Amino acid sequence: MFQTRRRSLLKAAGVGPIAAGLLSASASREALAQDKKDTLLVANEFGANMLDIQGVGANRPSYGVAWNAYDRLLTYGRKKGPDGNPMYDFAKLEPELATSWKMDADGMGVTFTLRKDAKFHDGSPVTAEDVRWSFERALAMGGFPTFQMKAGSLEDPAQFKVIDAHTFYVKFIRTDKLSMPDLAVPVASIYNSVLAKKHATEKDPWAAEWLKNNEAGGGAYKVASWKPGQEIVYERFDEWKSGPLPKIKRIIQRDVPSSGNRRALLQRGDIDMTYSLPPKDFADFASEKSKIKVASLPIENALFYVGMNTSKPPFNNVKVRQAVAYALPYQALFDSAFYQRGIKLFGGSNDVKAPTWPQAHGYKTDLAKAKLLMAESGVGPIETVLSFDLGSATVCEPASILIQEALAQIGITLTLNKVPGASWRAALLKKDMPLMLNRFGGWLNYPEYFFFWCYHGQNAVFNTMSYQNPKLDKLITNARFAESKVLYEGMVKDMIRVVNEEVPRIPLVQPMMDVAMQTNISGYTYWFHLEPDYRQIVKS
Amino acid sequence: MIGLIARRVLGALPNLLGIIAITFLLTRALPGDPAAFYAGPAGTQEAVEEVREKLGLNRSLPEQFWIYVKDLGSGNLGQSLSTGQAVIQELRMRLPASLELVFLALALAISIAIPLGVMAARHPNSWIDHLCRLVTTAGVSLPTFFTGLLLTYVFYFLLGWAPSPIGRLDPFLTPPSAITGIYTIDSLLHGDIVLFRACAAQLCLPVLTLTVFVLAPLARMTRGSMMAVLSADFVRTARASGLASPTILVRYALRNALLPVVTTVGMVFSFLLGMSVIVEKVFAWPGVGSFALDALVASDYAPVQGFVLTMALLYTLLNLGIDILYVVIDPRVQLTK
Amino acid sequence: MAVTTFWGQARATARENPFTLVAAAMFAGFLLIAIIGPWIVPFEPLASNAAQALTPPNAQHWFGTDSLGRDIYSRVVVATRVDLSIALSAVAFSFVVGGFLGAIAGFWGGRIEQTVMRLCDMVMSFPLFVLAMGIVAALGNSVFNIILATAIVNLPFYVRVARTEVNVRREAGFVEAARLSGNSDWRILLHHLIPNALPPMMVQVSLNMGWAILNAAGLSFIGLGVSPPQAEWGILVAEGASYIISGEWWVALFPGAVLMLAVFTFNFLGDGLRDLTDPRRRT
Repeated sequence: MFQTRRRSLLKAAGVGPIAAGLLSASASREALAQDKKDTLLVANEFGANMLDIQGVGANRPSYGVAWNAYDRLLTYGRKKGPDGNPMYDFAKLEPELATSWKMDADGMGVTFTLRKDAKFHDGSPVTAEDVRWSFERALAMGGFPTFQMKAGSLEDPAQFKVIDAHTFYVKFIRTDKLSMPDLAVPVASIYNSVLAKKHATEKDPWAAEWLKNNEAGGGAYKVASWKPGQEIVYERFDEWKSGPLPKIKRIIQRDVPSSGNRRALLQRGDIDMTYSLPPKDFADFASEKSKIKVASLPIENALFYVGMNTSKPPFNNVKVRQAVAYALPYQALFDSAFYQRGIKLFGGSNDVKAPTWPQAHGYKTDLAKAKLLMAESGVGPIETVLSFDLGSATVCEPASILIQEALAQIGITLTLNKVPGASWRAALLKKDMPLMLNRFGGWLNYPEYFFFWCYHGQNAVFNTMSYQNPKLDKLITNARFAESKVLYEGMVKDMIRVVNEEVPRIPLVQPMMDVAMQTNISGYTYWFHLEPDYRQIVKS
Repeated sequence: MIGLIARRVLGALPNLLGIIAITFLLTRALPGDPAAFYAGPAGTQEAVEEVREKLGLNRSLPEQFWIYVKDLGSGNLGQSLSTGQAVIQELRMRLPASLELVFLALALAISIAIPLGVMAARHPNSWIDHLCRLVTTAGVSLPTFFTGLLLTYVFYFLLGWAPSPIGRLDPFLTPPSAITGIYTIDSLLHGDIVLFRACAAQLCLPVLTLTVFVLAPLARMTRGSMMAVLSADFVRTARASGLASPTILVRYALRNALLPVVTTVGMVFSFLLGMSVIVEKVFAWPGVGSFALDALVASDYAPVQGFVLTMALLYTLLNLGIDILYVVIDPRVQLTK
Repeated sequence: MAVTTFWGQARATARENPFTLVAAAMFAGFLLIAIIGPWIVPFEPLASNAAQALTPPNAQHWFGTDSLGRDIYSRVVVATRVDLSIALSAVAFSFVVGGFLGAIAGFWGGRIEQTVMRLCDMVMSFPLFVLAMGIVAALGNSVFNIILATAIVNLPFYVRVARTEVNVRREAGFVEAARLSGNSDWRILLHHLIPNALPPMMVQVSLNMGWAILNAAGLSFIGLGVSPPQAEWGILVAEGASYIISGEWWVALFPGAVLMLAVFTFNFLGDGLRDLTDPRRRT
């Protein structure tokens, strides 16, 4: 008798959860459908490696975390881009955390009035002390954030003063037109200093360890969960006051390393958006009457180039560099490596008419001229190495193969060297690569900003060619702090003329920022940091 | 018997030290400069030297090895440079995902290959035998990533039968709270059938890809060993004594034939562990393989070290298990030793 | 009727298992293509032609063209040499070195045997692909390093088999006789023991060659394969894999089919060799 009771008890115990499971099945299916409408599902090749943009070694997707989960004092306005899609307007600064600001009479300082109702995600109020702590942190962390702040002449913690809980003062140490725009970049994010300080230690006064894995912001979205290497989930912060409340309530950003699978997911409608696909896929989607919408914009102040080490032979000889500039298979590169996604930077004119950057130089494929220049240079056949970043292999590999073929015809034999990600930065720093394929883009859309990083004799890491030219340095400095518009434009034109003549690096293409999405997604806005701004996106 | 088992376990220990040494040497030989990575994209040479000092990378190799072994002893597998996470945390989170794949593939492969091998052994050199050989060899003749992508293309993209290759679970569902870390088991333990079905569905394609690759060695070994046993004297006697064919097959022949197959399972497991790295990349599966692959490409040595060590340990444990299994099921081993 | 001659046995095996004959013929075919390949291809395998990129198979380009307009047929044919040399060199290396080490270990026993077997065990503790990955990542991706990695990973098996075979025959009658007639230890090893250890090793050779090619393909997929623009089946398939979804099926299918055929050939050849050399374990 005991046996049967036990058996029936076990049976009942078994049925229970199954029945419950079946019942919850229909309920959760309904919840799922509603979920899907309010959620944006994005797939990208890889995600953020930490939640702190100021952290050491933060990768590009972590800029996106800073942008969506943290506020800044200012932001940029918006305008319509050349393809009809909205883009940011680098000439217009708009309030975000700061509701208004007043420049000093002599222009050497600015006072910001902060929003009184702004809160961090944990409910605590945002004060000027938080702003000061965050900026001091950016300067103290070293590396990239410090350099970025410096680009706007924000170099000394003493420049930042707390006037009262909602008034913040920034002193300028020199007139730099980039100081204000620099306060709207992702690095200048505002951290919840009270929360962060709770997790600071003596050895780690800026809570770097804790902030790597935890978000302490007040932006429009909270990081609801983050599984490194898998996905990040944002949830809308309903008490966000620094702008109009975003329409999308939840965003799931998943890492899907296989580009073929990302394309398949998009085409089958299983994801809403992706912005890392090989250029060929974007070209396919953009051309046919496909069910996929593509937003494309040339990336501002950015270019793909062939860089040559000008400090050592053979590329210290300008004629050799010009020979290479005439030998490159530009059109083939544009067609086969970039699938025509970009703006050609070749076949223009070396005589500069407008102070815009990037602009097309006058070199085009002319093997006869290239061979002539090689002969004139007096340098015999060359054997050297062309290096590129494995991370950009989709474009760089076919490009390097084409370049290898072309240069062989003028007596330059190349071996190709694929350099993995971390080693790429180290290699750039070492400055010993004779020839390389690289890409650089500046956040702040000014030619002299680009030249300051890439051509100036201060030999910053982005001056991958180790180029030294004191005349050019003077032009760059003058352009940065030029007094009048006429003077400024003249100097910019001169700068460009010099680098066209000297070609320490040969610009190839201004790359395109492509994003592919379902047709019911609208509001995608191009931002200079190239990460998605989920606050503007609408899913109908 | 306990003594035999204990002896086997002790015998594996020097291996462990060797594995640790090899792992250390291998990962220190990786190209790339962690110090430059740490110093950031705009760091100067001095900054890089500072960081190198801090990371202890300018000490001699034996010194670094000693520090490494000490850290291992306290369970510290180092920190990933790219994610800043403790390696042991990541491994702990991701190991169940990889194990889920590998063990399921192993189980599926065994359940298909053994009956196939037995069938082929009963009708040697017939069309069944040849078909079986053709099919299994086809599976093992394609690179795993190709099989995976083909399966995705056919079953997801064209037919829509398989769920989206977006990882371990549909993004709109929350994973079950961890008891074992293996989603399918955990969802069953929680009684959530819907979740179980969703998790199981995501497993289909990756497990199939892995299984297809290891059918051949298992089937081949089963067939060979089965044929050898079926021609043995004791089977002839059993037949002559009038025992029914299925009884002979299962109770007498199969049990004896499985011994060499068990050894093959060890080798197959090694294949699966190795190939899981590729399958995880193709299907966005968040296991230890994809973790290590990302680290490898980034020259991030700590995760790679941890991963190689984990794999070697797993494999050693499995082989130990097989050895012990042998001691248990094969009476001859006990008698001869 | 008992078949006693080698060729008699070969013919009997072939009759039992027709695949073996086909496999042998195909192996010969692959070898031929590997040798004469670069001379018979219609197009220069490294020559790009951007205007003809991604054209489907046609009369001019039998296998179509890839993203740089290169003729896929020419590249697949030329890759035969690269892949076969990877397979043959890697396996030859592990066969020779492993066999030798194993024979020494089995013959002299004692400390030597213990050290060699320990090293073997350690290498065998790593899943094969993981170890190959690590070695190539550490040494850099070149054909030589891929061969080296594959060879190291396969060494232990040959060491074990050779050691077992030599160990078993160490005390055999014919070895005693050879010793008594004044043969040195080395002569006994090289002339008597090692040749007897060869048959069981031969079988694995064929299987290992197939695996070497798959290994190289796997490495190519994760970016550790041969450097561009060299043609190798694995890297051709890896590159073509990204074009499957967008509809350019030929970029991956043809290299993939040829790779599959080659590995198939090696596998069946291995089966046939097993039947041939060990009648007891005929499978």
